[in-house]
Amino acid sequence: MNQQRRSLLKYSAVFGLMASAGLISVAQAQEWNKAAFEGKSLDEVFKILGAGSPEKSGAITLNAPDIAENGAVVPVGITTTLKAEQMAILVEKNPSSLAAQFFIPAGTESFVTTRIKMGQTSNVYGLVKADGKWLMAVKEIKVTLGGCGG
Amino acid sequence: MADPMRVRAAESGGVVDVKILMKHDMESGQRKDAAGKTIPAWFISTINVKANGKDVLNGQFGPAVSKDPFLNFKYKGAKGDKIVVSWVDSKGDKRTDEATAS
Repeated sequence: MNQQRRSLLKYSAVFGLMASAGLISVAQAQEWNKAAFEGKSLDEVFKILGAGSPEKSGAITLNAPDIAENGAVVPVGITTTLKAEQMAILVEKNPSSLAAQFFIPAGTESFVTTRIKMGQTSNVYGLVKADGKWLMAVKEIKVTLGGCGG
Repeated sequence: MADPMRVRAAESGGVVDVKILMKHDMESGQRKDAAGKTIPAWFISTINVKANGKDVLNGQFGPAVSKDPFLNFKYKGAKGDKIVVSWVDSKGDKRTDEATAS
């Protein structure tokens, strides 16, 4: 009897650990992804996000100007017909590529717009994770006045 | 305490269009002051938006997001939804503001 009770206790301890481990990973998803934001190159950020080498997709639209007069305020939006789970905005030639990442719960439309800083003329990448797969759209934005240094 | 945000939410056809303007310097960590010393980075790092207590958007920002960050997104909702926006910056400062979908 006592033996059974012991093993029961052991099992509940294991399940407790698993649950707390699960909770921790949920919490971490919302925590600031330091490694990704400090990634210096596109490939580095792709790797940290688990995106590998994302394919270009016609289903993603990057709403951004062709020429940004002021690199400190460049409006960039991502829209897609896919059911996005995550979205990310990357600027190839910024000191750190990743500008912003969004987690889109069910019920929220696959549409996000924000404003970013660009140090110089660069390709801007709009990444979308849909169905567990990362896809992207690319657009070059010309910057006449940089917004990172000064 | 940081300055308040401006939150607008307008419902149309079952979709609520949320526009948020946060008040934050978003110091990039790339700039130098008059003495040539680098100004340390200071920026909003995470943002959470809830409608009636349910997450509708989670975001993470790097220092490359513009000063006074602007955010626009849409979710399926209704008039009268209570929208709560909170952010945390890289120094641990927090700010929460509310709005009602109209």
